Amino acid sequence: MAPPAAIVGIGQTRFAKHLGISEAQVAAEAIHAALADAGLAPRDVDGLCLFDIESNTVGDVAAMLGLGDVRFFSTHSHGGGSYCAVVRSAATALAAGHASVVVAFRARNRGRRSSFGKGYTEGGRPWEKIAPRIAGFYQWQVPFGLVSPVQEMALIARRHMLDHGTTEDHLGEVAVAMRHHATRNPNALMREPMTLADHRASRFVAEPLRLLDCCLETDGGCAIVLASRERARDTARRPVWILGSAQTNGPAHHHPHDWFAYERRRWVTEAAARLWGEAGVRPSDVDAAMFYDHFTPMVLLALEDWGFCGHGESGGFVAGGGIRWPDGRLPVNTHGGQLSEAFIHGFNNWTEAVRQLRGTSTAQVPDAELVLVAAASSDPYGAVLLAR
Amino acid sequence: MADVLPPLPQPNPDTQEFWDGCRRHELRLQRCDDCGTARFSPRPACPRCASLRHTWFTAAGRGTVYSWTIVHAPTLPAFAARVPYAMALVELEEGPFLVGQLRDCEPAKIRAGLRVAVRFEDVAEDVALPHWRPA
Ligand SMILES: [Zn+2]
Repeated sequence: MAPPAAIVGIGQTRFAKHLGISEAQVAAEAIHAALADAGLAPRDVDGLCLFDIESNTVGDVAAMLGLGDVRFFSTHSHGGGSYCAVVRSAATALAAGHASVVVAFRARNRGRRSSFGKGYTEGGRPWEKIAPRIAGFYQWQVPFGLVSPVQEMALIARRHMLDHGTTEDHLGEVAVAMRHHATRNPNALMREPMTLADHRASRFVAEPLRLLDCCLETDGGCAIVLASRERARDTARRPVWILGSAQTNGPAHHHPHDWFAYERRRWVTEAAARLWGEAGVRPSDVDAAMFYDHFTPMVLLALEDWGFCGHGESGGFVAGGGIRWPDGRLPVNTHGGQLSEAFIHGFNNWTEAVRQLRGTSTAQVPDAELVLVAAASSDPYGAVLLAR
Repeated sequence: MADVLPPLPQPNPDTQEFWDGCRRHELRLQRCDDCGTARFSPRPACPRCASLRHTWFTAAGRGTVYSWTIVHAPTLPAFAARVPYAMALVELEEGPFLVGQLRDCEPAKIRAGLRVAVRFEDVAEDVALPHWRPA
């Protein structure tokens, strides 16, 4: 079966700790760049997909850019867990004929200075802005002292260490590999070479996780343009096809008290089986992967979840340089990822995946044909497989 | 009582009984009337069998450490004076997991399987918060 949709344009803004422009302008610049790359005009766009953590709404963006008749739009919840769902939703709409050109994007103003006077979704770390009374699931964590994502991830990482012998150096190797890739990428915010010793010397944030286990806080935006099979054939670029995709939201996600209680492994394993089955390929066929690396342990989980190694074997997989470009078994985040390029809630993983399949990455995998993009392992979850 | 209050819970009909229990220094949990599974956090249906029927009970308040982290800065102002502090994911005797501060325990002594018991601290007129100590 021919793929139903393709990515035909990518665009991004400058990445910085503080851009000094509005989140709306970040979105406008990223979408402009992506449409120019595709050789399309705003009026050609008839679909729009975004996150619910976005402060820009569908209406804002359509009005701001003078889009065409936006006959398909969707907004997805769960932050980093849904940047693949956003694109999957776009591809599904294109396959169904509900749209012919869909823009998906993430624009972000999170630098501390950008956050002044802003609401919950715009600027600053959300966990610092929590209300004095909490009604949602955070009432089961924040009043007790578990207040930020890194602390949640630390509980997951610690248990992985207990169960599988994973070490702090395994986590460190993830950070070191991402930085190794970023040193080649002129857009990356962190380009100084990093060693395991640097990782070990960085301060603890939430043991066993250190500062260098954490992603950056970045202002910036990335956008992609997707087109239907028919439309993709007459755009400016060689299309990058959506070969397969999967999502899952079992009961075992995100909150530490649910994470270990409800057989998380089962849900992600079934999602992976659906993905590979739909695409008709195996993990060993994949040339590179873009994983949601908001924290280093999540790269280890992604390797296991999508079948690149066995359950509990990810530490050994990365220890020998398994995720490093150019010689690793699976080069991961060849742009430097959220850990070293920029934290655009995973959307810079799309731009890099497309660059790999166009042959234009600064850490190019020779002749890359198949790239997996996967969402945050800590959330309702998903992945999209892209092919040249 | 801390100078800066942590964010406090805003109970709703699903969660009121848990927080009322804390005020009485009792750990109140739900148990499914159909499959018998005890659960946390409170919710209207059973994650195992989807039954809408449940009964509240008072848990023993004992469990073991399943995972933990030592929290360093940054954290919220209410917890800044405690840094570094231990947060444990506790597996209760009745089955469910929940998180809480682990107090009165040197970080080097924390390990998986460490037996812990719940304590409560009155932090506001209408709120008491649970934490954990070695048992
Ligand atoms: Zn039940």
